[in-house]
Formats: sequence, structure tokens, C-alpha cells
Amino acid sequence: MKAIFWKEVKSYFYSPMAYILIGLFILLTSIIFMPYLRYGYGLFNNVLETMGFILIVVIPILTMRILAEDRKHGTEVLLITSPVNITSIVVGKFLAVYFVFFVMTALTFVYPIVMVAFGAKFTAQLVGGYIGFLLLGATYIAVGVFASSLTENQVIAVIISYVSLLIMWLADSVSTLVGGFVAKVLNWFSILSRYDDFNRGILGLSPVVYYLSFTAVFLFLTVRVIEKRRWSQG
Amino acid sequence: MIEIQNLTKRYGQITAVNNISFTVDKGEILGFLGPNGAGKSTTMNIITGYIPSTEGTVKVDGYDILESPREVKKRIGFLPEQPPVYMDMTVIDYLNFVADLKKVDKKQKRSQISDIMELVKIGDHRNRLIKNLSKGYKQRVGLAQALVGSPEVLILDEPTVGLDPKQIIEIRKLIKALGKEHTIILSSHILPEVSAVCERIVIINKGEIAAIDTPENLSKGLGSASKLTATISGPRSSVENAIREIYGVKYVEATSSRDSDTTTYVIESDKDVDIRKPLFFAMARLGYPIIELKSLSMSLEDIFLQIVTEEKEVG
Repeated sequence: MKAIFWKEVKSYFYSPMAYILIGLFILLTSIIFMPYLRYGYGLFNNVLETMGFILIVVIPILTMRILAEDRKHGTEVLLITSPVNITSIVVGKFLAVYFVFFVMTALTFVYPIVMVAFGAKFTAQLVGGYIGFLLLGATYIAVGVFASSLTENQVIAVIISYVSLLIMWLADSVSTLVGGFVAKVLNWFSILSRYDDFNRGILGLSPVVYYLSFTAVFLFLTVRVIEKRRWSQG
Repeated sequence: MIEIQNLTKRYGQITAVNNISFTVDKGEILGFLGPNGAGKSTTMNIITGYIPSTEGTVKVDGYDILESPREVKKRIGFLPEQPPVYMDMTVIDYLNFVADLKKVDKKQKRSQISDIMELVKIGDHRNRLIKNLSKGYKQRVGLAQALVGSPEVLILDEPTVGLDPKQIIEIRKLIKALGKEHTIILSSHILPEVSAVCERIVIINKGEIAAIDTPENLSKGLGSASKLTATISGPRSSVENAIREIYGVKYVEATSSRDSDTTTYVIESDKDVDIRKPLFFAMARLGYPIIELKSLSMSLEDIFLQIVTEEKEVG
């Protein structure tokens, strides 16, 4: 697991990939952050919420290659025939993406630090917001990793993750329109409704468990997809 | 070292490998020969644990691949048809990664990797990106990868495919040298390769084993007849009749005529009879000069083709 983690982290940072995506993310968040600085809004959590949406753009590009590439170039054989089980392969790769995401997020700490330095209050709400953001990222990455396991084509992987994440993003507003059973199902996938609590400064156990189990379920599905393909392929 | 019993692999309706059994002894180099699509790669993928079998067992050093995959995988170095290299890594980074993946001891890692690089002669390219290497060097990096972790068993799927003749000879030499310390299964669809390197050959066709033997025994045992070609001047029908009367001749066929009275014949006779002398005297008596006489020993190539086509006729 450690070997895979470091290999993937290196391959992100040795290629322009990580820099371009981190740059893009910082650029977009800066644009959002600018008016706050200019007009002196005190609450950073609104920025965080928009950053959550930008993640939908960034994460699928980050995850698209993570498993699809191995399959396409035949390096999957090396991983599977080495004395490592598939779960540690998937978790190692997930953590590598998460590491890049974490670096990306850590860079945005600058914004609230600037705000606090110029007189805004350092609140628990801010800490809660970031915890929520880090958990939200984990679920997005898990979905992206899963999409990448479905195909050897990176473009298809990225499209699958975009569609799934957008559905998850819209689930909340759609469910209020339809109501009934469909609404219940959609609510289950509504990642955002749980995110609101964090931004209000409420750190409940249930959204934390929700995010973590959502991540775990998608990683588990990824392992199953790889296992299943081993049984059916030549 | 490797025991394969009743191995079967099916994909839906298609049976890729059908009830294969054989064993490989410690230190042996076994050749796995068959036309493309015969099930060689499938069998190798099953032995290495890349894909599971439908039925049957594979045991390496007493461990079953399905029951204790980790123990088996530790003992196997695998070079698949397409070398499993990361194009955007340097050779040394890649080998370090493989060593970590195979949990090679930290202290041994460095010396082991430099030994392997020296063995497969890629030391000069250690800091180059793999995507910039030639096909031959990529193959070597793939082989190096299989050697990392000093596994007892090496499984090499068409290791010389796509290489130039000089590289092929080098890789063969290397495999022979590795055979002193490792048990090796090597697949190929090229016969001379297998007969040059291997001590024993498994011929596989359409997912079934067609023959298992040493290269020598295969060429001895399977040729049930010896063949010669003779170019003789004389009227075709009387020459044919005269040849048929020679003791031991099984079959005569005129293949080509150079001019009106010179014809080339292919003559098949029983294996243990040499008909060249009686043929000469018979033709001398009739006054038909023999222009050319050549014995056609059956090469492994012929045997391979014979086995493969016989199978086809039966099936």
C-alpha cells in the first residue's frame, strides 16, 4: 500500500498534472475570494461552499487516470500478480489522490489566515467548515476512483465522474421537487445537505459517519469491480 | 515446483484452456509452445494469479494459488506479453517501486537492483524515462521487474517477441543463464526459440496439451517416417513403379517436373530403413540417372505443424 501510495503521489508531482490542477483550483478560489476581501465580508464559510462546487470540476480530472491508466498500459498485471491484495491497491491509490487534494486544500488556508490577520474572528465555524470540506473531498475522490475502475478510457472515466457528482450535487434540489420515494433515494445521495451542518458550525457525528461510509462503500465497489473483471477477462 | 492439475478456463461459451495438467520440476526450463490463441497466455495468467481458473488447481511450491495467493505470488516473477512498465517513470524509479511492491528488504534493495540491472544490461539507462527506451530495452526492464525479489519461479510470456535478431540471441542467453537458479516457464510460438532454450516442451493447441517431451524425443518419436526428395531423369510412371517396389517405401509423389523427363519425387519410407542405396541400384538397373538426392529430416517445425494440424483434423 505504501509503495503504491508514494508511486502515485510522485507521478502526480513529477508530471504537470498536479501543478495545473492545483493552479486551476487556486485561481478559481481566488476569484471567489476576492470580493470578500474587497468588501470585507467576515464569513469565510460561503467561500468554502463555492469551493465545494469547484471540486466537482477538479476531482474527476485528478482521479480519471488512477486505475484506467493501469488497465490500458497493462501495468495492472504487475499490481495484481504482486503479493499485495486488491484492497490495498485501491486504498493506496485513493490516499495518493487524497494527498494531492489535501495539498490543494492546505494552500487555501491562506485566505482565512489573511482574513483573521485583518480583523475577522477565528471561529469554530471555520474549522468545522474545513473538516466538512475535507470529508466532502474524500467522497468525491471515492466516486472518481470508482469511475476510473469502470473503464480503461480516461475520457469516459472523467465523464462518468462528472455526471455522478453533478447528480449528487443536484440531488437536494431535485428531491424537493419530486417528493415521495424518489426523494428519499435522492436524499441518500445528497452530499450537500450534510455539508450545510458543517458550515453552520455544527459538528455532528452522523454527517461524519455518512461521509466516511459513503467513501468506504465506493472504494469497496471499486475493489469488487476489479475482482469481477478478473473472473471474466482473458 | 509447479503442479498444474486439470486446469480449465471458460469464458461463457468459449473454452480457452481445457483440462491441462503438467508439472515443472525445480530448476527446469519448460517451453510452452503453441500457435497464437492456443491458450498459452491464459494458462500463464492463471499460474501467476492474474486471473482465476474455472476448474482445476495450480500449486507452486506446495501452495495453492486460490487458497494462499500471497505465498504463490511471492515465489513468482512474471513477465507478461506486454511488459508492465510505467512509461513516465525512470528505470531506476520503476525498479525501486517494484521492489517496494514485492516487499524486498530495505537493506538488500539497492544491491539487488544494481545486480539485476547489470544482469539484464540496463545499467547505462537507469535514469532514462521508460517511454524513451527502445522496444528491446523495455523488454529488458520488464524482465528486470520479474527478477526483483529473487523469485524461485519465472514465468515469461513471449519474452523475445518484437525484438531484433541480436537482441533475441542475447535474451535467450540470459534466460539460459537464469535457468541455473530459477525454475522457468517460457512461452513462444516460435519453435527454434523453445528448442534452443528449453529442456522440455509442452505443445498446446486449442486449449489442450498436444504433446509433452524433450525437444530430442519430440523430433525422434513423432516423425513416424523418414522422407527424401529425389530428382530422377526418366519416364514418370515407370520411375514411380520402380520406387514403389523398393522395400520399406510407403509413399511416392511426383512434385515437380523440370523438363519432359526429369521429375522430382518425395519419397516416404519406414523410419528405420535407409532406402537411398536400394533406390540408387534400382534406378541404375533401369538406366534412369539420379540427378539429386536429399534426405528431409523432420525438423521440430514440421512436428509442431503436424501436431497442430492433426489436432485440427480430429477436431
